[in-house]
Amino acid sequence: MTVVAIVCFALLGAAAVLILTRLALGPSLLDRVVSTDALLVTIACGIAVYCAVYRDISLEPVLLVVALLAFVGSVSVARYIGGMLVKADTTPEERR
Amino acid sequence: MRARLRQQALLLVWLVVVWNLLWGTFSWANLISGVVLAVVVTTLLPLPSVPTSGRFRPLPALRFLGTFVVDLLVSSAEVSWLAFRPGRHRSAIITVQLRTDSDLLLTVIAEALSLVPGSLVLDLDRERRVMALHLVQVRDAAHVERQRANVLAMEDRVVRAFGSAEDIARLDDPSTETPETEGVGRR
Amino acid sequence: MSAADVVASVCLVAGSFLCLTAGLGLVRFPDVLNRMHAATKPQVLGVLLVMTGAVIRLTGQPVVWMLVLVGVFQLLTAPVSAHLVSRVAYRRRHVRRDLLLVDELGVPGTPGPAGSTAADTRADEPADGPERTGR
Repeated sequence: MTVVAIVCFALLGAAAVLILTRLALGPSLLDRVVSTDALLVTIACGIAVYCAVYRDISLEPVLLVVALLAFVGSVSVARYIGGMLVKADTTPEERR
Repeated sequence: MRARLRQQALLLVWLVVVWNLLWGTFSWANLISGVVLAVVVTTLLPLPSVPTSGRFRPLPALRFLGTFVVDLLVSSAEVSWLAFRPGRHRSAIITVQLRTDSDLLLTVIAEALSLVPGSLVLDLDRERRVMALHLVQVRDAAHVERQRANVLAMEDRVVRAFGSAEDIARLDDPSTETPETEGVGRR
Repeated sequence: MSAADVVASVCLVAGSFLCLTAGLGLVRFPDVLNRMHAATKPQVLGVLLVMTGAVIRLTGQPVVWMLVLVGVFQLLTAPVSAHLVSRVAYRRRHVRRDLLLVDELGVPGTPGPAGSTAADTRADEPADGPERTGR
């Protein structure tokens, strides 16, 4: 099981580094939104792997919060940018 | 009115179930506090009612679910391969004329399409029922047409699983399909 | 190591690998829309696999339902955020049009609403900083 933990954490760590690269490079705000979302989901995966390998359930609520935060964060920022877009547009749009 | 009540009841049940799952155990305390909380939430933050005309058909729903899982595996593998493969791929943005005219079904279709066959929903023209999709990888024009057929097949499966009889009839009626789907505007 | 443990390990490693794929796609794909693809499909399947592995390992404990909830939420919310982000991305012209084989939304000369054709002919606006869509 230790081997599994090492392999999983190595893969997830590499994923996190790649996502952080995109977060740092990301030419536009939207790239950063996407990468933040992906980063939080990767963190949630890491917590789940930890819980599974060590049979430790104390971090489970954190897992849930992180997973939901990823969604709420990316949606609110995307809506915020969308709002700026509607204001910047010359044609008024009716958007939900 | 009865439909509205039934919908409220379903929402309450869903909220109570989620509350119990959040605590991890089903107990009387969780059940009662969940019901109280669900009632408070639904009265304080009422949602607009969604007209639900459809009904649930187990067998087509199972078919939809099975295809969905297979599609999820296939499209994940495809995107993974694209990420690893050297070189570039070509994408496409297409518009598809859908035949469904129900908010709920369109939502299900859009959700399923975003997850599965290499596509991402960009926009939906609600009046004209035209959906704009981004396809991650296309090889040639024939491939685009195949993807379009995939989208329509997905719509077909969803409607047959959850739609009303009227929706299904609309699916089989050729007159609801407009011949010209190319270059339809964004809204 | 029991058989269940083996299955759980395979699920965990496969899920982690898919997360890595998502990260790789995020770095390598050329524009926001392609990157959204990487961040939805492999990512969702990866999360589902990791959660399955964790559920197998933790069966019998009450908290497994929380893991199921995380998986279901991921399945429900990923398309929503993907759609919101990609719609904004398309409207803000964060699209590499030269890499598109077919573009039925913004083909010049098509009868679209006046606003959208005007927007299509407009030059790429640097919306939030210089738009250099590198790899």
